[in-house]
Amino acid sequence: MPAKLFFGYFALAMTVLSLIIVTRKNPVHSVLWMLALFFHIAAVYLFLNAEFLAAVQVILYAGAVLVLFLFVIMMLNIKIEVSADRAIGEWPIGLALVGSILIFALFAVGRLVQGPAGAATIEAVRAETDAKALGMTMYTNYLFPFEIASLILLIAIVGAMVLAKRRQE
Amino acid sequence: MIAPAETDEKRHTGGIMVPLDWYIGLSAVIFMIGMAGFLLRRNILIMLISLELMLNSVNISLVAFSHYLQDLRGQVLVFFTITVAAAEAAIGLAILVSLFRNRSLIHTDEITEMKG
Amino acid sequence: MDKVILIPALPLLAFAVNIIFGRAFIKDRAHWVAIAGVLGSFLISLQTFTEVLAGRTINQDVYSWIVSGHFSVTIGFLVDQLTAVMLIVVTSISLLVHIYSIGYMHGDGGYYRFFSYLSLFTFSMLMLVMGNNLLQLYLGWEAVGLCSYFLIGFWFDKKSASDAGKKAFIVNRFGDFGFGLGVMLIFLTLGSLNYADIFATVGTLQGQTISICGNNVDLITLIALLLFCGAVGKSAQIPLHVWLPDAMEGPTPVSALIHAATMVTAGVFMVARFNPIFNLSEVAMNVVAVTGGVTCLFAATIALVQNDIKRIVAYSTVSQLGYMFLACGVGAYGAGVFHLFTHAYFKALLFLGAGSVMHAMSGELDIQKMGGLRKYMPVTYWTFLIASFSIAGVPGLAGFFSKDEILWLAYNGGPVGRFVWLLGTITAALTAFYSFRIIFLAFHGKFRGTHEQEHHLHESPKSMTIPLIVLAVGAISAGWVGIPAVIGENIGVSNGIAHFFQPVLGHPEVTAGHEEETMVMGISVACAVGGILLAWVMYSLRPGIPLVMGRIFRGSYKILWNKYYVDEFYDLIIVRPFKWISSAILIGFTDGKIIEGIVNGVPAAIAAFGEKLRKLQTGNVQHYALGMALGLFVIITLVFIAAGE
Repeated sequence: MPAKLFFGYFALAMTVLSLIIVTRKNPVHSVLWMLALFFHIAAVYLFLNAEFLAAVQVILYAGAVLVLFLFVIMMLNIKIEVSADRAIGEWPIGLALVGSILIFALFAVGRLVQGPAGAATIEAVRAETDAKALGMTMYTNYLFPFEIASLILLIAIVGAMVLAKRRQE
Repeated sequence: MIAPAETDEKRHTGGIMVPLDWYIGLSAVIFMIGMAGFLLRRNILIMLISLELMLNSVNISLVAFSHYLQDLRGQVLVFFTITVAAAEAAIGLAILVSLFRNRSLIHTDEITEMKG
Repeated sequence: MDKVILIPALPLLAFAVNIIFGRAFIKDRAHWVAIAGVLGSFLISLQTFTEVLAGRTINQDVYSWIVSGHFSVTIGFLVDQLTAVMLIVVTSISLLVHIYSIGYMHGDGGYYRFFSYLSLFTFSMLMLVMGNNLLQLYLGWEAVGLCSYFLIGFWFDKKSASDAGKKAFIVNRFGDFGFGLGVMLIFLTLGSLNYADIFATVGTLQGQTISICGNNVDLITLIALLLFCGAVGKSAQIPLHVWLPDAMEGPTPVSALIHAATMVTAGVFMVARFNPIFNLSEVAMNVVAVTGGVTCLFAATIALVQNDIKRIVAYSTVSQLGYMFLACGVGAYGAGVFHLFTHAYFKALLFLGAGSVMHAMSGELDIQKMGGLRKYMPVTYWTFLIASFSIAGVPGLAGFFSKDEILWLAYNGGPVGRFVWLLGTITAALTAFYSFRIIFLAFHGKFRGTHEQEHHLHESPKSMTIPLIVLAVGAISAGWVGIPAVIGENIGVSNGIAHFFQPVLGHPEVTAGHEEETMVMGISVACAVGGILLAWVMYSLRPGIPLVMGRIFRGSYKILWNKYYVDEFYDLIIVRPFKWISSAILIGFTDGKIIEGIVNGVPAAIAAFGEKLRKLQTGNVQHYALGMALGLFVIITLVFIAAGE
């Protein structure tokens, strides 16, 4: 019962937070509400026995990505949009589309059929700690994608530098 | 596929008695909200933020699956998704900076150079 | 493989060498290559002829050309008595023309091209006469037409020459269309194009009819008439004679070779070769005889008043070809081919002599502007005179024997035969007259040309006069192989050529006796002598007479001089309508509206569609994203519907 209560709170909070995030006029407000959302997501991860990922979520998203957003906002010196329209002209169509797809999705979720279980039972992971279990899997079975991920990060670094560089006149 | 039996019920609820469907449903809701924000808002920054929202919702569902199906692959995938999302956010923001420097525009409906 | 394959192969090789290497390497020495080819051909033909004389015939398939289901055609050679004689004619005249052309075409820019075309023509004609199936005949048929086009329009930058080449080809096409239909009909009804098969089975078609537009037409008659269409075109009979006089635009050696001795005789050869078919249809034979006879007279009347020396000889050719068809039409195929044989020599001689005259007169063709040439060019004069005597039918010379044979057998050929005999006899008189008109106007009397021309008058070089002399020998003696019994009995000689042709061409029945034959012979000799005398009186003795006659008979003179206005008639009913159809309907409507409509319309439609489609690209990224969401929605809906069923 407490589990459901907890979950209920987090679900509600996350939904409300997301709605707030997408409807702010001021981007800075959006970003800050996003911080709250990220913490809630980290909590949910803890719930799901993935403490390492919870830590990663806070460090990376809340710590890096969010800060990046804030830096960019401040660098560009974007004014608060007081009188500007928030949504594009064709917002009813978009809203209708999104709504209908949501209904379909929830409908599908109700008919979820679960597949076979794997070997990493909760107890096994708890015994090993999530970080170790994850590490063991990743550095053996998924080594190649791991290396690719580092390459992607390299590309991102180079790309960002090239794109945002001020032209030397 | 097999219908939930008693042992599956226990597995299904993961011992904490929150059914898997709820997590997936939550993920779907947040995803749709993110999509709405992406499709409807004019400000490019908000668009990028909505993108992050969508990615995070997918992460939630992946971790939930990993937990309920007792397979670590979901978590591995989340790891990579976060990596790529961060890289993409960086690049996206760099593009935004470059765009802003040239045109001082951040509203999507004013950026229609590729029209026609 | 028999050596007969070399007969067409050598000229073909000469053609290939000359046309490929002629421009760059061989140039002025092209005649060596060409003559080597033709000479080889001639020698082998001679040898083959002696073999055939000894009784051997060859019918051999050399190469399987087309095999398609039930239809199979081979390249094969049939050398029998008829072919052997044709081989002699074609190769000997071709050889002499080649030699003549060395002098005549000297210095011409297209020297090598001329000789290569001559070789190609020789090859084509040989394929035509040596074939053992209809398709090979047709191949040769079309190929000689093509070479004729090349050679008539040899000086293609002269508009009249290229027009003449086109005219020859197009008029021939009319005939060849009928010929093609005949070939197809033969294949449809008999199932084979091979001569041996056709002649063996054609008898089974007797009495069968074919229904055309509701009328029942006798099958064999139809086949024969369709085949004859081709002959009418190729051999310039009425109504398709119009191309031959215009073909005189080509160089004179071409006229001698193609339009006197070989190509135009292909029609006669074809009719003679297919005599089994023609013999089965009286209607067709009558048509052939009457066409021949009428053409004979018709062309002779036109030749009476022409002033261009080559035109006169051209109409003379048409007229003599009429004799050959006349003979075939009454069943005397052997006589027709015999006349073909003798005619080849004296007609080629007449043309080459005319060429020699033109050469001396710096290209002048009008006989009214010539005169007294015999003192300047004795060899040309004497050979031309011999040829004229021969064509007129003076006893002892070649033309007499062959023409007489025809007239005698026509006389015996029933009512139709009598009729065409009459036409032929009148024509004999006219032939003598116009031939000697040339002699008296061009070679006798005083020179009527300009001073410039008088300075240049000279006898032609040896390369031109030697062929003339050789041909003159032929014009005299070629007839001695066919001395009729009426004379031959007295000197102990039999009608060699008639016996020679008997196995292949047959011999018509002769019911009348020797007295009648002598009478008929007498009549034709009288006509010949009478014609010569009249020409002598009108052009040598009293040269004022023609002018007076021209004034009295002004109307008829005008009609004859304008060739009965046949060309103008064709222009009116065929050429102009076709030109109109071509420009107004085909160009204006079909090309302009329909095809251009499609060609322009399709891109225009695509462009218009593209314009509309372009509107989708708004440039606004979110619109594109909305599109993606829409797509996602559609797919999910479809999946749901599919899952629901």
